[in-house]
Order: sequence, then C-alpha cells, then structure tokens
Amino acid sequence: MNAVTSSGATDPVPAPGLESRPASPVPTPRQLARTRRRAALARFWREYRKDRRGMFGLVVLAVMIAVALAAPVLASSRGLNPIYATATPNAGPSLAYPLGTDADGRSVLTLLIWGSRNSLLVGLTATLISILIGALVGVVAGHFGSIRARAGRLTDNVLMRGTDWFLVVPFLPLAMVLARTLGPSLGVIILVIGLTSWAGTARIVRAQALAVETRPYLERAKALGAGHWHQMYRHVLPNVMPLLLANTILTVAGTILAETTLSFLGLGDPIRPTWGQMLGSAYEYGVGTGNLLWLLAPGIAVILVVLAFTLVGHALEAVLDPKLRER
Amino acid sequence: MALLELRDLTVTYATASGPVPAVRGVNLTVDAGQTLGLAGESGCGKSTIATSILRLLPSSATVTGQILFNGADVLTMNWGRLRAVRWAGASIVFQGALHSLNPVQRIGRQIAEPILLHEPGVSKQSAAGRVVRLLSQVGLPAARADSYPHELSGGQKQRVMIAMALACSPSLIIADEPTTALDVMIQAQVLNLITDLVRETGVGMIMISHDLSVLSATCQRLAVMYAGRIVEEGPAHEVFTAARHPYAQALSWAFPVIGDTRTRMSPRGLAGDPPDPAQLPSGCGFHPRCAVALAQCSAREMELWPAGDGRLAACVQVLNEEEGGQPARSVADENRSAGEAVA
Repeated sequence: MNAVTSSGATDPVPAPGLESRPASPVPTPRQLARTRRRAALARFWREYRKDRRGMFGLVVLAVMIAVALAAPVLASSRGLNPIYATATPNAGPSLAYPLGTDADGRSVLTLLIWGSRNSLLVGLTATLISILIGALVGVVAGHFGSIRARAGRLTDNVLMRGTDWFLVVPFLPLAMVLARTLGPSLGVIILVIGLTSWAGTARIVRAQALAVETRPYLERAKALGAGHWHQMYRHVLPNVMPLLLANTILTVAGTILAETTLSFLGLGDPIRPTWGQMLGSAYEYGVGTGNLLWLLAPGIAVILVVLAFTLVGHALEAVLDPKLRER
Repeated sequence: MALLELRDLTVTYATASGPVPAVRGVNLTVDAGQTLGLAGESGCGKSTIATSILRLLPSSATVTGQILFNGADVLTMNWGRLRAVRWAGASIVFQGALHSLNPVQRIGRQIAEPILLHEPGVSKQSAAGRVVRLLSQVGLPAARADSYPHELSGGQKQRVMIAMALACSPSLIIADEPTTALDVMIQAQVLNLITDLVRETGVGMIMISHDLSVLSATCQRLAVMYAGRIVEEGPAHEVFTAARHPYAQALSWAFPVIGDTRTRMSPRGLAGDPPDPAQLPSGCGFHPRCAVALAQCSAREMELWPAGDGRLAACVQVLNEEEGGQPARSVADENRSAGEAVA
C-alpha cells in the first residue's frame, strides 16, 4: 500500500503559465485520507454527543475505569488484608473511613476501589472470550449455512443446535457446577462466564453473516478462487464488525452482573475482592447490625457500571446504525 | 485445442415447483484470443452459462455435458484445480460492479486479492506495484488504490472490476453485462477500454449482453440465445446486420439504423414474453411469438443448421432456403430484405 500512496503523492510539475498564480497547497492523498478520517471521527463524536444517556454512561465508565486503574494510588493494597486492619469493625462512615468499615475492620472504600479493578477485569476478559467464541461460531455457521449444499447445512445445524443448548440451559446451575469443579479463582470465573455467555452473540452474528453472504462481493470472492477461511475472514467478518462492537459493550454489562452473582454466591477468589464478594460477605456477616454502606456501596457500583455499559452500548448501536438514528 | 469448449451443456434448476431447465444443450467454442458475444433476453440462460463455466452455480442447479477449459473438464475437476482455474485461468467482470466490491476494504487491497490468493510467493509490495500498473491500464490514477468503493463513481467501479479481472493475466475473461447500470457515455468508455485491453493482451473473452449493437461492436463472433438454446451463431457483424433466425432479426431490429427512413417506419418489436422455462412450448421454443412460423414448427425439434459462411441458425425457414426449397414469404421477410438492402 505504501508504494501506491507515495507514487500518487508526488506533486504534479506546475505548468509554466501557472507559476505566477499563488500556489495553493494541493493535499496529498494521504493527507486527504487523514483529514477525511478525522472528519468521520468528529461526525461520529457529534452524533454520539447528542445522545445524553449515552454521554452519562460514558462519563460514569470513564470515572470507573480511571478509579480501577489508579487503585494502587488511591488506596494501599495493605488495606485489603484483615491482619493490618485496626479500625472498629462494622463502623459507620467517619473521616478516616468515608464509607465505614466491614466486619474485619477494613475500609469499605478501599474494598470498593480494589473491587472495581477485579470486577471490571473479569467483566472485560470474560466478554472478550464470549465475543470471540460467539463471532467464530456465528460467522462459520452463517457462512456454511448460506451454502445450500448438504455439508454446509450440516455444519450450520450442528453449530446452531449447540448454541441453542447454551441458550436454554439455565446459566446459574451450569456456571456454579463449572466454577465448583474447576476451583475458586479469578481465571476460572472468567472462563466460566466466557464459556456460558456467547450464545446470544453467535445468533446475532449468524443472522448478519447470512445477510452479508448474499452480497455480490462474496460471489466475486468465490469467483476469485477464495477459500472458506478467506471469505469469512476478509469479507464476512469485517462487515459484521459494527454489530459485533455494539454487542460487545452490551455483553460487558451482562458478564459483570454474572461475575457479581457468582462472587456473591462465594464461588470467586476469596483473596481478590470483587463487588459481588463484598455484597456476599456483607449479607453474610453484618447487614443491619452496623454499616449499611458496606452493602449499598458495591450494590450501587454494580448498578451504575451495568447501566453505563448498557447506555453506551445502545448509544453506539444507534450511531452505527443509521436506521435507528432517525427514530 | 480450443480455449473453452461447451459440449451439450444443460443446466437445470431444482425449484419447489419441479425442475426448471435454464440451459438446454448448448455447444460453444471460444479459441484463444477470440471474442464471443452472447445475446438474448433476460432469463434465456446467458448468465447461467457464464457462472457455470467457473462452477459458481448454486447447488440447486444440476449441470450435465462438458465444460472443457484448455481441454480439462471443469465439471469433474477437483477443488484445488478448480480454485486455480478460477481467476488465474478465467475471470469474471460481474454485472453489478456497484455491489461486487466489499464496502469496507480499500480498492487496492481488493485488486491485490486475486494476486495474493493465486501467487503465494508475491510480497505485498510487489502486489501493490502491480495494482498501480493495473489501475493505470484501466485509466485510473494510482492514488485511487487508497479509496473505498463508495468514493468512486459507477464507471470507476466498473474499471476497478476490469482491473481485477486482468490481475492474474487470465486467458479468458467473462464479461457479464459489464455496462448495465452505467449511462451511455460511460458505457462507451468502458466498452472501448475492454476492446482495447482485449486487443493488447490477446485474452479470450465472452461478453454477455442483451444489446446486440454493443456485442457487434466489441466481438468477433456472436451467438444469440433463446429459451436456453442458441438459435443463431456467426460472425458478429453479419448476425447483427443480416440475422437469419426470426428471433435474432427481431433483436437486431430493436436498434434503429440512423438516417434510414424505411427501417424507421417499418414495424418492429416483438409481441409476447419469453416462455416460462418450466413450461416450454413444443418444437421450436420461439414458434408462439414467431411471425413466420409454419405448421411443422410446433412439432419439429430445431437444431443448428448451417446458414451460410461460418454461420448457423436453428430455424426451418433457413434450412429450407439453404436446401433450395421455396421459403414462405411473409411480412417479416419483406422487412428483412429491406434491412439487408440497407446493410
């Protein structure tokens, strides 16, 4: 691609008669492309900004992510260890402990800050796994399903019945059994959520892939001698990407909720605090006896972050799909 | 050995209401460097033939006969050989250039796609260099390689498709209505471009169109199809100016001869619609619409009979004339002799 742009970028030799005229700088194709891309991005941002709920979500997310990243600066990880806890257990908010303390005498604020780290980490990585599986299954099923030959139909059928199985099997018992058998750790939680939440994505991606498969440029790709992998990777996948992006953001909300549920039930890593775990221990030890914020703070944090992801997801969907924008 | 030889090709689509024959026993030959035009109304099987050559038909289609490409039968070829034939041997210029480009990929990358697919050793740099050459061959500036399809006009997109068809230097190009959806000026440009490229590169070509004037201007030979069969074949100019099959005549009369008053006033056009391929009429498929049909036309199976120097036609009238029999005179015949006099 470099050779193309550089040869196109050579300035035209000015004709003798034109030299007297004030030279207006002719933008090179690369500059043109860059300005165009910047303009497209600005347009996207302008459209996005119009969505006030989407903006609210974005601000909340930005704050959450900043807090999660800055956790070691904001609160020492020593505060997580009950051995170093010196405060009165289950105390209400004070100047030293703005959100009070938990049953071990640890600062709820410190737990909340460090919990956001793990909650977001689990939510994002589990989503990554879920989206990867969902996109792979969806694109493969859509691609082979559009081939009207028996082998293609069979592939599609097998994949989609598998997807259906994951859709109808109750999430919680499956996740609990998996988490229990594999042992309590953050990695297992991520894996379990990722492996159980891809089915919806697969269905949506397959539907879009089937639509893309009927486009003439796929017939062209076949005529070019392109194999299945090439067709799927180069032509189908890029064209389902916008949908996949919006869906990813929405999936994050779901996986964070799932993580909260599993941790609440005590299936998470006991050493690494998450919001769900805070909710669980608050419920188990101290609710009502003292510091109510111990329960409320992580609960509100979960609600906020899930809401934020959902709002951003819907706003993105609306901006990326012009048909939705007009509503 | 011919570059491409179709032997008794039939294509039948399986539909919910039973099998529908789209192509019924077509024999065609294209020699290396030769250009053949394939004409006919919508639904007569032109595009089905084009797509069958690279085995791109949907799996609901049953194909019998032989498609010999450089002597090897495409229909029985294994997948690897077939992929090599696709594009490196024969390439297609699709009719919907506007939609045949992937909207989310740059032009340069899409033109380089067949090169990278078929020549695994080629580096991205040298492929990009070839893309620039291909673009200049079709009269587009090299900077266009960095554009997305929506930034190009219809004519430019069609040029891109032509550049893509030339990318792997195939020995045959199948141009399936390359000028539909383009306005007349751009049509002329694109056709000139194709004609020039075919002459320069010596590539064989099959051009498909319903526009006989386009085909006679760009092709050496011309085959006219009706209801899945070839009804007339011969040197392009002769078929256009002095068609012998009544259907080919009707098709060529659809284009006025500029400055000629007699043909301007004479009746033209063809009443009726092409037959439903699922319910073809008996005998000659054209007889219900034919102005000079005889009693035997609805009973007798037509085949391509010799109709003059290097020409073939599937009409009993032509057979009778060639055998010295007395042809039945009709209004259509009067008109035809008028047309011949002008030509």
